[in-house]
Amino acid sequence: MAYPMKIRANSDGTETEVKILMSHPMETGRRKDEDGNPVPAHFIRNITVTHGDVVVLSAQWGPAISANPFLSFRFRGGVPGEMVKVAWRDNLGDTKSQEAMIA
Amino acid sequence: MERRDFLRQGGGSLAAALLGAGWLTPAQAAEWNRVAFEAKGVDVVFRLLGAGDATASGDVYVTAPEIAENGAVVPVTVGSRLPGTQSIAILIEKNPNTLTAMFDIPQGTAPEVHTRVKMAETCRLYALVRTENGFHFGAKEIKITLGGCGG
Amino acid sequence: MTFRDRLLPWVTALASCLVLVAGARAEGRSAADAIHEYREMLEDANPADLVEMRGEELWSTARGPRHASLEQCDLGLGPGVLDGAYARLPRYFADTGRVQDAESRLVTCITRLQGIPREDVVRHWYRRGSDIEALVTFVAARSKGSPVDVPAREPHEAALLAVGADFFFRRSGPLDFACSTCHSQDDRRIRLQEVPNFTDPAAARASMTQWPAYRVSQSSVWTMERRLVDCIRQMRYPEPGFASDVLVALQLYLQHQASGGVMQGPGIRR
Repeated sequence: MAYPMKIRANSDGTETEVKILMSHPMETGRRKDEDGNPVPAHFIRNITVTHGDVVVLSAQWGPAISANPFLSFRFRGGVPGEMVKVAWRDNLGDTKSQEAMIA
Repeated sequence: MERRDFLRQGGGSLAAALLGAGWLTPAQAAEWNRVAFEAKGVDVVFRLLGAGDATASGDVYVTAPEIAENGAVVPVTVGSRLPGTQSIAILIEKNPNTLTAMFDIPQGTAPEVHTRVKMAETCRLYALVRTENGFHFGAKEIKITLGGCGG
Repeated sequence: MTFRDRLLPWVTALASCLVLVAGARAEGRSAADAIHEYREMLEDANPADLVEMRGEELWSTARGPRHASLEQCDLGLGPGVLDGAYARLPRYFADTGRVQDAESRLVTCITRLQGIPREDVVRHWYRRGSDIEALVTFVAARSKGSPVDVPAREPHEAALLAVGADFFFRRSGPLDFACSTCHSQDDRRIRLQEVPNFTDPAAARASMTQWPAYRVSQSSVWTMERRLVDCIRQMRYPEPGFASDVLVALQLYLQHQASGGVMQGPGIRR
């Protein structure tokens, strides 16, 4: 299970609040490991959240987003039972997408 | 599906040139604004994003703790009360790379996002907002304690 | 010059001194409030949850030469019983003849059930993202809401508890330092970091029920063993081995002190 993600999406009847916790090292490329070797940059660059076919948030990130990133926001609409999808791509070309049901 | 990109907001000049020459589609060019993300300095990044004339606004807010126990994880909310907010960027004054994140806010999404950022030292964190009527910013100073042992 | 005239400057000086102290106090309190606010903002989403998910997968996946999962692992409440088990550790296990904490018991299970050699299990235990880190996080999370219950009345446990208490209080090493040098008084801080007084059960409960904890400075979960090894390093003692008796003994003392506290971990720490 590479890069697990934990997505919570809760509707209050008008808006849906989305909370996303992602597993990612978000290495800046400026750090050294235990043996003194530089750790190459490795960070999420693009993230897109969709509800059905509609993009509800998209972002570009640099390496100064904290390791194991957390993101939360709200969008209008969303009904319990519908799906929210989170997809990201990092600077090494790794990708991950995961869905969660709105509660 | 609504698509916006930061190029139309004045992204990197090279990308703009490529786009003008028809070498890049807007979507490709929007993928990651390398020029802006690798730049240093709030003024420089503002200019690269086409926000050289951004004005301070009380309606652009940064909510964060006064003191962060560790600069590796600083929780922050950036938001806007300005009508027609289209995007919000986070800039950290004294980080090696100033630009931290750029969020596109489609219609129907609240112009407020919460995330966690790394801060190298005590400094100001800026929220830069683009609306239909131009760029506006808010800022807050956040103190970073390095902390000792323990935990 | 009357006595009162001579006294006045002293009174003034004393008064301004008191103001200074009060000012420093107020500033100290507001800094503590700000740190508290910072920690609260992080509680909304703890990356330890991701580590816990990985631990659950490791627990239930068949691995090793015996191609077995850990689902029959006995953490003290019977094979496969997870709920509340961490809150009752360390404890004596008749099948190994030892008092064991979560780490050492998991190593027993991995070697016996899965057939993975001990040296392979423990080699990188302290590395960020290690299997042990994930498994301990998962096991501890299944005690959330359970009271810590380590009476240590069983003879082997009682004997090791005495060792743990002795280690906690006895000054030693090149700095003539003991755990109790920092951890036996109220309201102590190292810079902004509060240092819990483990001789006070209330403070011990408040601290111990948060561990294992995601340390934002390390981007990883630290188990209690990892925490203790670093404390011991800071006292400039020789580094104890993984799952060694001294680490189990110290945890026995700390969990005994914290008994009655309700487990809330995995927590989040600086």
